[in-house]
Amino acid sequence: MSTLASLSNGCCGRILALPTGIPAMTRLRELGLLPGTLVKLIRRAPLGDPLEISVRGSLLSLRKAEAEQISVEPV
Amino acid sequence: MAAASTASSPHPPIFALVGNPNCGKTTLFNALTGLKQKVGNYPGVTVERKEGEFFSQHGQRLRVLDLPGSYSLNARSPDEAVLRDVLLGRRSDTPRPDRIVCVLDATNLERNLYLVTQILELGIPMILALNMVDAAEAKGIRIDVAKLSERFGCPVVPMVANTKKGLIELKVAMSRPDAPLPKPFLDAIPIAIRGALVRCRETLAKDQVVGQTASLLEPLYLISDHDPSHYGIAQAHVAKIAQARDQLEREIPGWEDQLIAARYEVIHAACAGVLHRPEDAQRNFTDRLDSVLLHRVWGWLSLLLTLVGLFYLIFSAAEAPMSWIESAFNALGQKITGGVDPATGNAVAGWMADGDLRDLIVDGALAGVQGVLIFLPQILILFFFIGLMEDTGYMARIAFIMDRLMGKVGLNGKSFLPFLSSYACAVPGVMAARTIDNPKDRLITILIVPLASCSARLPVYLLLISALVPTTVVPTTFKAVTLVSLYVLGTVGAFGFAWLFKAKLIPGKPSPLILELPSYKRPSLINIMQQMRLRAWQFVRRAGTVILGLSILLWGALKYPRSEGTKAEQITHSAAGQLGQVIEPVIKPLGYDWKIGIGLIASFAAREVFVSTMSEIYSIEDDDEETHQKLRDQLKEAAWPDGRKVYTAPVCVGLMVFFVFAMQCLSTVAVVRRETGGWKWPLFQLGYMTGTAYLLALLVYQIGTRLGF
Repeated sequence: MSTLASLSNGCCGRILALPTGIPAMTRLRELGLLPGTLVKLIRRAPLGDPLEISVRGSLLSLRKAEAEQISVEPV
Repeated sequence: MAAASTASSPHPPIFALVGNPNCGKTTLFNALTGLKQKVGNYPGVTVERKEGEFFSQHGQRLRVLDLPGSYSLNARSPDEAVLRDVLLGRRSDTPRPDRIVCVLDATNLERNLYLVTQILELGIPMILALNMVDAAEAKGIRIDVAKLSERFGCPVVPMVANTKKGLIELKVAMSRPDAPLPKPFLDAIPIAIRGALVRCRETLAKDQVVGQTASLLEPLYLISDHDPSHYGIAQAHVAKIAQARDQLEREIPGWEDQLIAARYEVIHAACAGVLHRPEDAQRNFTDRLDSVLLHRVWGWLSLLLTLVGLFYLIFSAAEAPMSWIESAFNALGQKITGGVDPATGNAVAGWMADGDLRDLIVDGALAGVQGVLIFLPQILILFFFIGLMEDTGYMARIAFIMDRLMGKVGLNGKSFLPFLSSYACAVPGVMAARTIDNPKDRLITILIVPLASCSARLPVYLLLISALVPTTVVPTTFKAVTLVSLYVLGTVGAFGFAWLFKAKLIPGKPSPLILELPSYKRPSLINIMQQMRLRAWQFVRRAGTVILGLSILLWGALKYPRSEGTKAEQITHSAAGQLGQVIEPVIKPLGYDWKIGIGLIASFAAREVFVSTMSEIYSIEDDDEETHQKLRDQLKEAAWPDGRKVYTAPVCVGLMVFFVFAMQCLSTVAVVRRETGGWKWPLFQLGYMTGTAYLLALLVYQIGTRLGF
């Protein structure tokens, strides 16, 4: 299964699911990462972590540890 | 439509300015209020409280409260808890606002509207300030302002706070005596959750956590508090709130996620036909700049260049104002004590006759004030650059690049800049730690930053290095290698302690880094100046009083009880001198005599004082350039009563190691006390740093001596 962390740079994916009950995931939902939302992985930081994504027109950065818990369907 | 009127109220209405981080809220606040601002702290927490006022179009006085920026009313940090509590009217020190101006970033409308859906439910009249419409336009985003206003039932003012475009229109909207309440249909809380919240309120009201008549929002936001410190919630209530949360979770599993999804559905519906975003946005300025600044080669290079430039400017540009401050104080001291006029060579009478009071004023108070003000140029320059990097959006990129490295010791990318600043001076470093939103990471950062070798250690290092080598001229390579080793030692120590504190002292899961990378913006000079002015003033006022007091105390200890004789003899018989002799047994295992003891005691005020104190002890006339030379020779000749040399290699190296680790800076102690809100952490810091310094200096001396150096 693909996760947000496994997307290649510049690729888009549609979010399938995020874990519930974790404050960091709740905050990501509040920032607009919901099941069905389209995200684009812009780039990885020079040392490979964290990641930069684009969601609903804004640029966010999150660590691989969190991105690995978000399953996506590549589009 | 309900309407609230404030025309008859005797007090000027209070507007709260709310919005997401990076939405331009502070720029708007500065534009609205000019310099008529009052800045302080919310009691018991380092969250800045900013209030200002201006006159409405009808000449009425309006108060504006700039609340902390947040993405949501579900608090995750003390800042966000303050926002929640002010808006819910839960704070005794701040009245509930009468009106709200919600600032929206037009380039990120959907996400910004999330906070709006929460604020709409508060039942406070609201104005939407649609900021950065110029940037949205450049991105091809079109927003139908009239429709947006109609859908939300409140005025929408398109504007560009940076250029003050739309500011008059916003003031006009704020000046209206009546203000419509937002449309009720936007209440996004699903019926099932609403029902459960009613029961939740009953439970919490029974436990007296909330009042009987509290709105449903109070239990909602109390149980969705994710702030680990639970700031703003009484300790006794935390467990009861957790119970209510578990109860709600059993009734409706995943209610929190459902609620977020419901809000985004409302936003989606409200944006239909209002927000037009081009499908595939063309590469804009931010993308192009990021592809260089975040590149795996160019990214590092540009970061390195920025930092080198920063440090070059801090040291070179601060030099002149620092020497002005110094000579101004010297001149003032001269005027008071009198002396020889350098221009004419005539003796000039001073303002005050010789005596204890004059000494107190010149050597105690004046020296203390100078010790505070001498840091100001570096602080101002550093905060200018921090402000510049924050305002343009580069700061978030630095955190993004450095996160991996800082993560190795359990910190996050935001700790990097405070740490780096501390190589100039730990005081602005500690203050810059405010940008770290996670309270634990912030505390650990504050605890370790003084281990970075600041500029005040440099004169001490240089003196000891020159005392270490037998030749009169110190070989440049030796000097460079020793200096670099000392800087590396401090850095390794800082990272080691960060790791240790994260693992043992304040355990917990690593805090996730969720960071917005805002679009690059032209910096606002007013914002930066305002920030510099604020920081400088906070430092001078709060840290200044402590430093002044302690400097006078130290002066007294070096001066009293008074005795006759040379300066050196006087110091020997003073309280500090006696203390130096008392502590000799403690420092003897390090190889130090009581003279070094006095130097160490004096250097707890500020490290560089070590050099001047040692010159006084060895009775060296202040003769600028030659002082160093003479002092070095004196140190090399210094011997124990039995003829052994004092400054052997293990002693010199041990002393340097001591200065790397020891906390010898009143300014830092004062500023840490201020930033952590008490004496607990500065005292802990003093203890752990000085304890480590002692142990390591002991090891260096004992092992070094046994090895026969």
